[in-house]
Amino acid sequence: MDPSVSAFQLLLTGDPALLGIVQLSLIVSMSAVGVATLVGVPIGACIALTHFPGRTTVIVVFNALMGLPPVVAGLAVFLLLSRSGPLGPLGLLFTPTAMVFAQVVLVTPIIAALTRQTIEDLWGEYRDELTAMNVGAVRRVGTLIWDGRFSLITIVLAGFGRAAAEVGAIIIVGGNIDGFTRTMTTAIALETSKGDIPLAIGLGVVLMAIVVLVNALAWAIGRAARQYAG
Amino acid sequence: MRAPSAELPICFRDVTVEAHGVTILDRITLALGAGSPTVLIGPNGSGKTTFLRIAMGLTLPSAGTITWGGRENVAPVRRAIVFQHPVMLRRTAAENLRYALKVSGRIPREVHDARIAELLSLVGLSGFGDRPARRMSGGEKQRLALARALARDPVVLFLDEPSASLDPAAAKAVEDVIRAVTARNIKIIMSTHDLGSARRLAGDIIFMHHGRVVEAGAASTFFTAPQSDEAKIFISGDLLV
Repeated sequence: MDPSVSAFQLLLTGDPALLGIVQLSLIVSMSAVGVATLVGVPIGACIALTHFPGRTTVIVVFNALMGLPPVVAGLAVFLLLSRSGPLGPLGLLFTPTAMVFAQVVLVTPIIAALTRQTIEDLWGEYRDELTAMNVGAVRRVGTLIWDGRFSLITIVLAGFGRAAAEVGAIIIVGGNIDGFTRTMTTAIALETSKGDIPLAIGLGVVLMAIVVLVNALAWAIGRAARQYAG
Repeated sequence: MRAPSAELPICFRDVTVEAHGVTILDRITLALGAGSPTVLIGPNGSGKTTFLRIAMGLTLPSAGTITWGGRENVAPVRRAIVFQHPVMLRRTAAENLRYALKVSGRIPREVHDARIAELLSLVGLSGFGDRPARRMSGGEKQRLALARALARDPVVLFLDEPSASLDPAAAKAVEDVIRAVTARNIKIIMSTHDLGSARRLAGDIIFMHHGRVVEAGAASTFFTAPQSDEAKIFISGDLLV
């Protein structure tokens, strides 16, 4: 049978192996993006609104880390979590938690750097008005995050895209263990090397569908933003 | 009747502002008290906007002191400003007003809706509450900015070129709002380079040129009997350089 036909059969019949892999992939990537958002947005806002010695260096480092190779992130997390590493006693290596950890390391700089740019641009625009309104520091941060929410959502979606598509980091710290740490990207790599093309194609289709969905969502949010907020 | 305010008089004492070696305001000493609108006039670059920013407390002087009601460093709680190009928050018109009401904290939340409706009506924008503020026309934004400034229940309202670059109908609408605000005993201090607007609105005039206050006094006297050559040239419509 043609591999692509087999792939669609797997998708249409809801193959348990395929669904399990998709489910784990989504859980890992969404968890990582959730944590990275909680960490990255405040860091980005803080860098945008404060001045401190070495600020420029911090900005350059975060910008550079947006291009952090996944395998390097995976290696760093592996060394942290390996038995002899500082977090070794936690026993997290080759677990989904380790994969979330690795993706947080990858995605946080993206969210922090882009948040910093968004908030800084917005602050440049709002500075006089908010100062004239005697808006306090906490409300100021809240206002900028709220008014930048559509851009920030797009940034988070970009982070999700990065997390969902990467393979290098999670294969190092997750180990690609069948039924436990196997995700769409690691499975595609493995199944292709094994010659199980239908499953690889099926997973590829799902992954592409997710990427398209995320981009469609980003576009819809941008459109809604223009209609609502001008 | 409005209670006596801690914001007035606003007193400048030898206020100088310099930036990058350029003197923007040059040793200005004067007092702004309650009463009819005070209008700053002068050619572009004469220091009107910087004067307003200093009086609002947004910019610090390089030298000299400024006091509000006899005190220095007073937070702008009862002062408000409308910039020449007001920036609207990325919300609807009504939500822009609600934000100002929340920040000022002077009005209980349960009456915010009523106050928003009142302010929109005052500036002629009833029915515009649900519009995205940033997509409104220049004149509408200017009037919404006025309403947002008024939401803070100010004692002093600074206006920077409020009708600049507006068409005559929009400019008239803005001037009508300014008259309505004046009738509420809110002190208006505004800048303009439009002599017609100054004649229509001003009670007092401050004429500025090259960062200095050249003349200050009653508008009627200024327009009928200007004392300085610069004022005579400016009023005549000739180019003042």
